[in-house]
Amino acid sequence: MTTDYKPAIHFNHVDYSIDGNKILRGITGSFPEGKITTLVGPSGAGKTTLLKLCNGLLSPESGEIYIKDKGIDSFEPVELRRKVGIALQSAPMVSGTVYKNLALPVELRGEKYDKKEAESLLRDVGLDEKFLDRKVTDLSGGQQQKVSIARTLVNKPEILLLDEITSSLDRTSLKEVEELITLINRKYGTTIIWITHNLQQALDIGDYTWVMMDGEVIETGESELLRSPANDRVKSFVQGGAQ
Amino acid sequence: MTYLTLSITLIFVVIPLVLSKTLNLGLERDTIIATVRSIIQLLLVGFILKFVFDSESLLYIFLMVTLMIVAATHNARNKGASIKGITWKVAVTLIFVEVLTQGILIGLDITPPTAQYIISISGMVIGNSMVLSILFLNRFTAEVESHQDETELVLSLGGTPKQAIHTQLINSIKASMIPTIESQKTVGLVQLPGMMSGQIIAGADPIQAVQFQLLIMFLLLTTASVTSVMLGFLSYPTLFNQRMQLIQKS
Repeated sequence: MTTDYKPAIHFNHVDYSIDGNKILRGITGSFPEGKITTLVGPSGAGKTTLLKLCNGLLSPESGEIYIKDKGIDSFEPVELRRKVGIALQSAPMVSGTVYKNLALPVELRGEKYDKKEAESLLRDVGLDEKFLDRKVTDLSGGQQQKVSIARTLVNKPEILLLDEITSSLDRTSLKEVEELITLINRKYGTTIIWITHNLQQALDIGDYTWVMMDGEVIETGESELLRSPANDRVKSFVQGGAQ
Repeated sequence: MTYLTLSITLIFVVIPLVLSKTLNLGLERDTIIATVRSIIQLLLVGFILKFVFDSESLLYIFLMVTLMIVAATHNARNKGASIKGITWKVAVTLIFVEVLTQGILIGLDITPPTAQYIISISGMVIGNSMVLSILFLNRFTAEVESHQDETELVLSLGGTPKQAIHTQLINSIKASMIPTIESQKTVGLVQLPGMMSGQIIAGADPIQAVQFQLLIMFLLLTTASVTSVMLGFLSYPTLFNQRMQLIQKS
C-alpha cells in the first residue's frame, strides 16, 4: 500500500509482549508520510500499543522501527517524543487552567509559553481564546479533548498519533475535531495515525487503513478497503460494525 | 526497681489474660508469648548494653549500630519489594542518616562520643528512619501505580523521567513527613514523649529531660526529611529504563 509514498514510519517484523503475553506479533508495514492512516480493529487488538511504540513510550521486543528511514533507537527519547506527538484516549488533564495544560510541553523544556501563541493555538482547535484562563474541570468532554489535542500540537510534531480522540464526543464536536485534524494534515503536511472505532470516520477521513486483530495486522490498503475487504475476518468485523 | 517489684508489675499482664479468657477473645497464648519474648529480648538487650557501655569499645558500638541498620533495612525493604535494588537503597539511606546526625552531634560537641549516647540516639534515629522509609515506600508505590497516566502524559510530551514522576515523588515525601511534623506540634500537650518520661521517672531534672527531648525532636525532623528525600531520589530512576520508558508490568 505504501510503495507510492515515502514512509514516515516503517515497522519490520515487530513483536511486543508484557511478561510473556504477546501483544503484537510480526508487525510489518509503513505509514505514508503526509497522509492520514486510520487503525481499526476490535478492542485488545494492540492498536494503542502500536502507537506507543511509534513515539518511544514502549520499545519492541524484537524487530525494527524506522522513523523516516532512521532507526527509532538513534533518536534521543525526548527528541523523538517531540517529533512524534501522541494524544492518548487516557491522557489526563493537568489540574488548573487551560493555559497550564497548553504550557506544559514548553515548561518541560524549561521555557515559558507565550500567551499569544496559546490563544492562537486555541483558535486553531476551534476554541475561543477566552477559554485560556478557564479551569479544565469546567470544560465539557469535547472541549477537554480539543485542549488535549492542542497540548500535543504545542511541540509542533511532524507525526501525530491519535488514540480514539473522538470516542466521547457529540456529533458536532466530532465533526469539528475531524475537520481540525484534516486541516492540520493538509496545512502542515503532518503525518497522522489515528485509532478509531468509527468505521465511517475511517472512510471519511483516512487516506489509508490498517485493520488489526489479536496483535496482528490483517489487512492494509486505501481506506476504501473497508467497503469490500479481501480477508474474511475483516469482512465479518466490518459487517459487525465498530466494537 | 528490684526484680521483686518488677515481678509484681506482671499484674498488668494478668488483667488482659483474665479479660481474654472471660470474653473468649482467644488472645491468651499470644499475650503470654508476647510477654515472655519482651522479657527475654529486653533483658538480653539490657545486659548487652551494659556490657557495651562498660567496655567503651568502638568496635562494639559499631557492631550495635550495624545490627540496628541491618534489622531496620530488613523490616523496611518489604514495603518496596517492587522497586529494584530496594535493600541497598534503604541501607544506604539509613547509613547516611546515621552518619549525618552523629557527625553533627559529635562534631559540634553537642553529645559526647560515648556508647551511652551514640547507641541510644542511634536507636531513635534508625528506628524513626525505618518507619519513615516504610511510610514513604508505601505511599510512593501506590502513587506510581494510580498515576501511570499522568506519568505517561509527561513522558509523551517530551518530559524526562524526573519531570514525569515529580508530582508523585513530592506527594509521597510530604505524606511520609506529615506524621513526624504533626506529632511534634502536639508534643507535651497530648502526650509526654517516652524518652522524656523515662528520664523524669529515673530522677533526672525535668528541664534537662526537656532539653534532651528537644534535641531528639529536632534530630527526628532532619531524619524524616533526609530519609524521605534520599530514598525518593534513589528509588524513582528504577521505575524507568534507559529509553526513558515507564517499566511495564502486566
